[in-house]
Amino acid sequence: MAEKLLLIIPVEADGSMPKVAWETVGAVRSLAEAMQCSFDVGLWGQDVLPAARALARCGAARFLAVQGDDFAQARYATDAAASEALARASQATMILAPSTSRTNRIIGGVAYRLGGRADTHAASIQLVDGRLQLTRWYYRQRIMVVLEREHRPWLIALEQGAGAPWAGEPADVTLEWVTAAAGDTERRTQFEAIQQPPADQQTIRPDAELLFVAGAGWTKKQRDGQVHVEEADQIIREFLRKSGASLGGTKSIVDQAGEGGAVLSCMSHMNQVGQTGSTPRHPKGLATCCHGEEPHVVGWRFINERRAVNLDPNCGWAHGKADVLYVADAFEVMRKVNELLS
Amino acid sequence: MSGGLHFVVCASLVPDPLQTLEPVMGPSGPSLKNETMLPAVLDPWAAHALYESAALVKKIAGSRLTLVTLGPKAKVQQVMMTAGQKVAFEFVAVDGSASGFTESMETAAALAEAIRALPNLEMNRLVLAGGWESASRGAGTTLQIVGEMLGIRDQFQGVDEFHVEADGSLKILERLEGGRYQVSRCPSPPVVIGWATGTLPEPPNNPQIGMMNMRAVMPALQRAKTVAVGAQGVRFVAAELPKQKRETRVVKDASPQDIAREIVEWIRGRS
Ligand SMILES: Cc1cc2nc3c(=O)[nH]c(=O)nc-3n(C[C@H](O)[C@H](O)[C@H](O)COP(=O)(O)OP(=O)(O)OC[C@H]3O[C@@H](n4cnc5c(N)ncnc54)[C@H](O)[C@@H]3O)c2cc1C
Repeated sequence: MAEKLLLIIPVEADGSMPKVAWETVGAVRSLAEAMQCSFDVGLWGQDVLPAARALARCGAARFLAVQGDDFAQARYATDAAASEALARASQATMILAPSTSRTNRIIGGVAYRLGGRADTHAASIQLVDGRLQLTRWYYRQRIMVVLEREHRPWLIALEQGAGAPWAGEPADVTLEWVTAAAGDTERRTQFEAIQQPPADQQTIRPDAELLFVAGAGWTKKQRDGQVHVEEADQIIREFLRKSGASLGGTKSIVDQAGEGGAVLSCMSHMNQVGQTGSTPRHPKGLATCCHGEEPHVVGWRFINERRAVNLDPNCGWAHGKADVLYVADAFEVMRKVNELLS
Repeated sequence: MSGGLHFVVCASLVPDPLQTLEPVMGPSGPSLKNETMLPAVLDPWAAHALYESAALVKKIAGSRLTLVTLGPKAKVQQVMMTAGQKVAFEFVAVDGSASGFTESMETAAALAEAIRALPNLEMNRLVLAGGWESASRGAGTTLQIVGEMLGIRDQFQGVDEFHVEADGSLKILERLEGGRYQVSRCPSPPVVIGWATGTLPEPPNNPQIGMMNMRAVMPALQRAKTVAVGAQGVRFVAAELPKQKRETRVVKDASPQDIAREIVEWIRGRS
């Protein structure tokens, strides 16, 4: 079957595109080249022109766009309507999107509307012996699966790392306007605000080189029989400030807030890494006072270099889950680390 | 809100996260080694959906909670022995595969059919909830599709907070990248709410609630319709455990100073 590709990208209210989109462009270009087929770009947002100009030289056959105030903010109904309209206008058999909270929210619903199928969190898509094969993880990053699909259209949200980022000079571009439904039904939900922690408490930093994980050990009784939560809090905050690392937590430590236990001021549920937390992508990770149990470590799938500091030489990290385990007191080690980073 | 809300929570079963999983390839695709023997739990994010919904039912007069579970009957019964002790619910079971290697479109069709058949379902009171992603397929698409099948266009994913305001409108906080939240307002149900962890701790087991639930669970399991949920149109080429094995270097008896130096060198990219 001759395939036709469409890359859909939401344009933020400030005219920017999600960072991962540049990699998706790279992945779609490679795929189109391997399949010797063309690809379209479909954009939606309040003002798509800056993004369209930025992508002008990416090699797309057509630039389709849904534009208007109603499409400025992320909202299921209008985002799904825009994507559906772009897909219908392009008649693509494969629709690819950068994996973001905004696209992941709609892609299953849009697949249903188009009579297609969707795959999210795709690690890659490639042509192997003339067959399109998609790689993604199942069971919270425990099992890697390669699959092929008969159904079209095939909608795919591509994760970070699926392609080399494309870069090109901006240029003028001819946009083909597409109309998408934005009536009372689609506008029922109203965007109110983006809430974000104050800059000094912004501990989740997706672009950081290092993930620093704090486990429940930081809040447990130490060798002197006492807990030292305030000191732990101070050491961790100082380290985050000096290193620019992103803060992750184990379920045990983030749950303590809800259970009335000792709490680190910099830690919330949003920091949780693992089975019921996030699976962040950073080149390096340092785990401290964290046992390294499997439900936590599944969240480390995309952390390449891993080190851990734990008092227990037999903790989970010792069993092939980290490259280096330092058997030591994390309070003592991290105090020294902070000194050295000064 | 007069008349309250009807929370319908879709929650399936997954292997206990502490278990080691191993894929095996069969003629109809992959499955887990000894799948029927693996102890199962309520899918964790969907379990949060259940606890948060139960708390909202208590808060909003006249509300009700229905748990809809698609899974192999015998396993569902086992899981309900413990999950059923947490919060009170009405129960509907659909007997079919809970494997991650099935299609969300097929799972969604079975769930939508079960929900449409709920007695006294009023769409204008419906809060369709579940986990924003399963711990099996992990795609985050099932609820979206069930919502579409039921005609619900106000959908939210990665939800940590859901408030019913004095005027009956719904205020919802969804997770975004970088530890941020999007705050949205929807005037009324029906809505789809894909929960992340929410804000509540797991409720303690309450044997009384368990006994009450089991009185409804057993007949619901007997009535459960059997459905064929698979992965039509998908060819699984491979299902493998990660290949990379790490040889952990265990550093004992080094001074905190030396360890700190090594860590700093490593962070700075010099070792
Ligand atoms: C359904 C389900 C879902 C789950 N999801 C997740 C998840 O998403 N993420 C997650 O993290 N967990 C998850 N878990 C929980 C997981 O199984 C573990 O219980 C949890 O990760 C343990 O957290 P911890 O290592 O911080 O705490 P603990 O197990 O209490 O370990 C504390 C560690 O700190 C060390 N320590 C103490 N003091 C010091 C010191 N001074 N210096 C150095 N080391 C010290 C101890 O040796 C110990 O290893 C889940 C469990 C279930 C059942």
